[in-house]
Amino acid sequence: MASVGKIVRRTFLIGSAAIVGGVAFGAYYVTRPAANPLKPGKGETALSPFVLIDQQGVTLFAPRAEMGQGVMTTWAALIAEELDVELEDIRVLHGPAAAAYYNSAMIGEGLPNKGYDITNFQHNLGEALGVLGKTLSLQVTGGSTSMKDGFERMRMAGATARETLKQAAADRLGVDRAQLKTEGGAVVAPDGTRIPYTELAEAAGQIETPEATLRDPSDWRLLGQSLPRVDIPGKSTGTATFGIDVRPEGLKFASVRMNPKLGGPMNGFDASAAETMPGVEKIVDLGTGVAVIASNTWLAMQAVEAIEVDWGDAPYPPQTDALFEQIAKAFDEAPNSTMRDDGDVDVMPEGATEITAEYSVPYLAHATMEPMNATALYTGNKLDLWCGNQAPTLIQMRVANTANLDTEAVDIHTTYLGGGFGRRGELDFGEIATKVAMAMPGTPVQTTWTREEDMRHDYYRPGAMARMRGAVKDGKAVLIDGKVASQSCTHQAVERVTGFAGGGPDKVLVEGFFNQPYAVPNYRMSGHIADLAVPVGFWRSVGNSHNGFFHETFMDELAHAAGRDPLEFRLELAKTEHAPSAGCLEAVREMSGWTGKTPEGVGRGVAMTYSFGTPVAQVIEVVDEDGTIRISKAWIACDVGLALDPATVEAQMIGGMIYGLSAAAHGEITFADGEVEQFNFPDYDALRMQSTPITEVRVLETNKHLGGVGEPGTPPSMPALGNALFDLTGQRARSLPLNKQFNLLL
Amino acid sequence: MTTALTINGKTHQVDLPDDVPLLWVLRDEVGLTGTKFGCGVAACGACTVHIDGEAVRSCQVTLSDVWGDVTTIEGLGTPDAMSTIQQAWVDHQVAQCGYCQSGQIMQAAALLAENPTPTDADIDEAMQGNLCRCGTYPRIRAAIHDAASKLKEA
Repeated sequence: MASVGKIVRRTFLIGSAAIVGGVAFGAYYVTRPAANPLKPGKGETALSPFVLIDQQGVTLFAPRAEMGQGVMTTWAALIAEELDVELEDIRVLHGPAAAAYYNSAMIGEGLPNKGYDITNFQHNLGEALGVLGKTLSLQVTGGSTSMKDGFERMRMAGATARETLKQAAADRLGVDRAQLKTEGGAVVAPDGTRIPYTELAEAAGQIETPEATLRDPSDWRLLGQSLPRVDIPGKSTGTATFGIDVRPEGLKFASVRMNPKLGGPMNGFDASAAETMPGVEKIVDLGTGVAVIASNTWLAMQAVEAIEVDWGDAPYPPQTDALFEQIAKAFDEAPNSTMRDDGDVDVMPEGATEITAEYSVPYLAHATMEPMNATALYTGNKLDLWCGNQAPTLIQMRVANTANLDTEAVDIHTTYLGGGFGRRGELDFGEIATKVAMAMPGTPVQTTWTREEDMRHDYYRPGAMARMRGAVKDGKAVLIDGKVASQSCTHQAVERVTGFAGGGPDKVLVEGFFNQPYAVPNYRMSGHIADLAVPVGFWRSVGNSHNGFFHETFMDELAHAAGRDPLEFRLELAKTEHAPSAGCLEAVREMSGWTGKTPEGVGRGVAMTYSFGTPVAQVIEVVDEDGTIRISKAWIACDVGLALDPATVEAQMIGGMIYGLSAAAHGEITFADGEVEQFNFPDYDALRMQSTPITEVRVLETNKHLGGVGEPGTPPSMPALGNALFDLTGQRARSLPLNKQFNLLL
Repeated sequence: MTTALTINGKTHQVDLPDDVPLLWVLRDEVGLTGTKFGCGVAACGACTVHIDGEAVRSCQVTLSDVWGDVTTIEGLGTPDAMSTIQQAWVDHQVAQCGYCQSGQIMQAAALLAENPTPTDADIDEAMQGNLCRCGTYPRIRAAIHDAASKLKEA
């Protein structure tokens, strides 16, 4: 086995290959290059390109799903920074499904450290373990990992391409490569002559890639700047193509109904009424559901509704109360993990005051704006699948299996995602669309779910409970002993993807719980897994989404019991443990003019969660307006280490917070008779223009390592709002959603 | 039986049952996919288009009920020739996933046509039916104010 250093070095090996009329640059991973997914020409399949240059121009590949987080632009900027091209002069494409585009950072997140305390050695080890991502073919957009993953590799791809193009120019001009410069997509000779990359591409494909070094950050022109996003003109003119917008020649439209008693069988159906409805072309028996293929999506939806189906029972207790009884029972079992156990929580420090509290949060839906859909064309020996997805290689494997084809016979076309939030990392929508299209070989079929089908067939953020016990003494927290119980998204997801039951300590269940940057001498945090068959999955910030609420509501209760200001109380505990986290608290204190006192009719709450390598502190202000409470203002401070695109970081922080506040204010999925009781946005709403607080963001850059930005804004929003409501009303929010307890203006 | 519709200044003959909502006529028949399906029950605003200049939820207007000329996001401007409001959306880098933005822009365009100088309260009132799960509301608000001042100068 290769040494760690060797593997790390090899992770960044960049090579080139000739293509028709040009050159492709990409990465070799570990010891052998993965097959080129773009098939640029016969016998020219050496590697997976991130850069493609031919006579037509420069194309950069961003093999991460653009779901609104700006990844296409920032990923392209990493390459463009070193390659010296302007984003407006080039094309940026989603890469196709390819094993070589694996996500190395996501595997690194699995290490059993808290994250904020890792040494450089562990950081390197994490990168080295990243090569495991290749074995699992994890081309996944999730876990706020895209920039951590691409930061070194993409700059190196750009630098290698630049040096190779310079070498091609040097050979042509008969000068030394060191005498040449690059600028605006051209190599510039000492006499000022410009040779465009497009003219050098073919020659560059014929030579060895020279060694390249990365530029010093002080020389960056693009990184660290707020760049115009490449996807925004299309998204402002209705011309950006989402999964639901693809229109292959001869397209038919379908809609589907699966058992609303999730995971239950279909005992039978009667489609006689549907068969004669307008536009209907085919009824499809999916085994566990039914679909209708028609000439129009709406006609398909009407017809599929008209099918009488006998649904079998769900494999879980049918009522919400019974589900939570099961979750509570998990506390009685041995914990699945105890990832923090400092000091001795069984001994109450002398003179300390004990505080206990129990919390619960509901199941939640992702509710992406674009309902689940996918378009498939099956011809018997080939399958094309178009969809917005967060995991093209995984969906490729799944639908290949569905269609009984080799993965090489399946082309995945990843479009823009009309929201992801974790939902589009699942594979069900692709599998269903494949099955539907297989009923009409040779014809492309787009299967679109109704909003109701989408809302009621999610992989939900699991409902969760926490039992907290703590103690304060002399104004400080001296003991925290917490237990969280919920279903395990990780175990279920592993089983869904691999077919084998997931096992072992689930770090995701306790993230945001065991790894919070507070110096509390006696500190134990355990995770308990409730064994239930409700489909659960990764919801923006995952375990942090419930643990942030549990941990930071309890911190507030401890501060209150200690008679301390809740911000100062946290700051004191964070200062010695993790300076960037303390810095975020200090920033929101200053931004909000926090004094610990608020005028009559105004309440403020603070919370901080360290997640995905980024600490985020938020202060939320609520105002009583004649008995209704408005969420009026918010201040956010985050420390991302390095803000590659500050405006995008700001947008993600605000968006993450609003996603969390929406859930905290009125998000709840409940069950009756085994079926989800929420159907559409009127039953499962989110913040809107009038209920969104005026928000200010500060992005700090003192953190040692590059942190994620897509998810860390979500977890602290929920406790910050609950704590603000406590400040305003004196009523403690120990369960969500808050509109059940408070009269919120929504 | 075919129905004649004027969409973005062009006449289309549509052969679909009378009760098919305009949304699905646009998307699946005419091929104008800029107008989005979000909920089907007028709760999210993603399908907002103009009929004779009025912002309507196209998922709730049946083919036989279309009472005037239809304008969709594609009719407002193109990537090479954006309307003032679309340019404001780009200038303020509003979109994240972008799925709701066609509807947001059409709703905002109708607001500005009716009220060239909307206050924050006017914007709250006009835009409350348009849902955005990415939470782009602060930038939408800024873009509307900006477009209002640019239209005033024009």
